Amino acid sequence: MTWPHKDLLDVTQLSRADALEILRAAKSFQEINSRPVKKVPILKGKSVILFFAEPSTRTKTSFDVAGKRLSADTFSLAKSGSSLVKGESLKDTVLTLQAMKPDGIVMRHNMSGAAQFIAERLDCAVINAGDGWHAHPTQALLDAFTLTERWGGLEGKTVLILGDVAHSRVARSNVHLLRLLGANVRLCGPRTLMPHAVKSWNVPVFNDLDEAVRGVDAVMCLRLQLERQQAGLLPDVREYSRRYCMNMPRLAKAAKNCVVLHPGPINRGWEIASDMADAPESLILDQVSSGVDVRMALLHLYLTRKERKE
Amino acid sequence: MSQADLVVRRAALAQAPQDYVDLFVAKGRVLGVFPSGSQAAPEGAKVVEAEGLLLLPSLTDVHVHLREPGQEWKETIATGLAAAAKGGFGSVMCMANTDPVNDQAPITETMLDKAARSHPRGPRLYPVGALTMGLEGKILAPMEELKTAGCKAFSNDGRPVSDSELFRRALEYASDLGVPVIDHCEDPWLAPATGINEGVVSARLGLRGNPDISEAIQAARDCLLAEYLNVPVHLAHISSKRSVDVIRAAKAKGAPVTAETCPHYLILTEEACEGYNTNAKVNPPLRTGEDRQALLAALEDGTIDALATDHAPHAAHEKETPFDEAPNGISGLETALSVTWELAARGELSVEALIRAWCQRPAEIFGLPLNRFQPGDPADFILFDPNARWKVTPQALLSKGKNTPLLGRELTGVVKALYVAGKHVS
Ligand SMILES: [Zn+2]
Repeated sequence: MTWPHKDLLDVTQLSRADALEILRAAKSFQEINSRPVKKVPILKGKSVILFFAEPSTRTKTSFDVAGKRLSADTFSLAKSGSSLVKGESLKDTVLTLQAMKPDGIVMRHNMSGAAQFIAERLDCAVINAGDGWHAHPTQALLDAFTLTERWGGLEGKTVLILGDVAHSRVARSNVHLLRLLGANVRLCGPRTLMPHAVKSWNVPVFNDLDEAVRGVDAVMCLRLQLERQQAGLLPDVREYSRRYCMNMPRLAKAAKNCVVLHPGPINRGWEIASDMADAPESLILDQVSSGVDVRMALLHLYLTRKERKE
Repeated sequence: MSQADLVVRRAALAQAPQDYVDLFVAKGRVLGVFPSGSQAAPEGAKVVEAEGLLLLPSLTDVHVHLREPGQEWKETIATGLAAAAKGGFGSVMCMANTDPVNDQAPITETMLDKAARSHPRGPRLYPVGALTMGLEGKILAPMEELKTAGCKAFSNDGRPVSDSELFRRALEYASDLGVPVIDHCEDPWLAPATGINEGVVSARLGLRGNPDISEAIQAARDCLLAEYLNVPVHLAHISSKRSVDVIRAAKAKGAPVTAETCPHYLILTEEACEGYNTNAKVNPPLRTGEDRQALLAALEDGTIDALATDHAPHAAHEKETPFDEAPNGISGLETALSVTWELAARGELSVEALIRAWCQRPAEIFGLPLNRFQPGDPADFILFDPNARWKVTPQALLSKGKNTPLLGRELTGVVKALYVAGKHVS
């Protein structure tokens, strides 16, 4: 199949067939990642810029590993300390990047819509590695891949997304993708951390975790940002964890074989109890491995798009 | 009776466009409007053939940002007034959030001087003085000095006054001088000026939204203060149904409140922000279809008195950023009449309400020249072709601000001529 998209900005761009194709491709790269020599020449001669205007060790490393295993040359550009971004407008940054003639740019940015902004101005592929509160498509895809690996498919499964939904790009992308792939989605968190218009998302919303967790097949914890407390959205972390920390007693109320996910980095004891994070039901480390598989699939699909068309 | 020095022949009045009239003007004032051909033009009078164009009083915009002094790359008084003239405005009131802020007479005088030099025939410019020094919301501005220099109103527009005690004292002080106060209604604690409505679109795009209650809560405060003090308050750029409800209730109780809304709230909704369209980023933000309907109804029944553009020009590079970084504002002087006339043509607003809101009420509220085509009225008028079409392109706009969500749209209605005090402006 010819990959129809120049950029990956949000999972909302993907059809069900597109999403399944990405998961299929990820599966084939998973095999490569289990070999003793984990390197293939698929993207030899291609250059990928990793432009992380907001710090992220995990996602950036994952993309870096994915690119290198496909033999692409990866270049990192961080916001801090780089003269490139010092007070410079995003438009000028884009023009600078364009002049370096990369084949692809992976971008993380603290402003919603930033990925679309640069994609509209660049000829090369743009992969959104998280923009503001808006979208984190590669995280959603790796979560879906992790769950597919566990279950064989998402059809008919129920996934609870737990925590700060309002400010979460992971939640926004997952709500859409999980439903696209046939899962039921629930949300749970304090009302201060839900979008005011959450009704328009047409998913059940709970504020009581013990009720929300009943019968679910997976719980997806979101990371809690400390500044939510300073912004007056929460009393304190202890109070939050009393109400919303995912732990073993709560897991017992979920469906049999319920699994727990977290996009990381985790705050042990806040969003997830320490023993929960280390339990066999925890897929946190599987998510990290899946991240490399999925990102290899994405780099492959988006960076070889033109050649395939010809 | 003096003799006409200007005669506009075969024009159509909006109320009865089928009957052509002749307008006679002497020394900048209306002499009379007569059935076409019933009076001979005196010798030596300038004769303008209107050929069936609509004859309307020129529009008054009580809320524009002209950016001079301080941000001339966005707009200057010269370019802003040129845009106003093109839009059919005979009078404009410019807000005080310049740099430096218009909080002392020399700034007001400079503005008036720039206007007189660049546009000696008009449009007429009426500066709005700062309500508080530097718009900082701490110390009252020297309002008598500003009034004497030419300010027609006071406002903290752009920096809403959330301190109710200070706002009360400002109203009391301004009322001594008989100068109206304009308030930008927004509780800045409830929502910083994020430029997008808190709703379905902001939830999907992952942007912090501004809830309509941030406007309505401060509007309610202002209505209560106006009633309590019996001092007029004019509420700027009202955007939501909730605020309309508040104003309607206050007016029913006799509170001396007046209000304006802007064309963009009547023709667009929050959906215009889709795709992170920074040209649709405005404060207060574009709201929902329900809000839009409520504003139209409020204009029709007079709950909202006036239309104003809140013309807020920005340079292209300032808007070419991610949504969060872009400044708020829409450039509106030149599209205002076209888009509101289209609403009237579609039957969403009556022509009577349109003329009342663009011409009559703003002039009445702020004591500005008003032309009802009665003998002695200032001869401020436009000749308008309601059927001519034009396309909104950066080149077509005289304002330096090309920041409008209407870019690329074809609009109906062109101002063919503007006259201020009987003089042809453009
Ligand atoms: Zn304002």
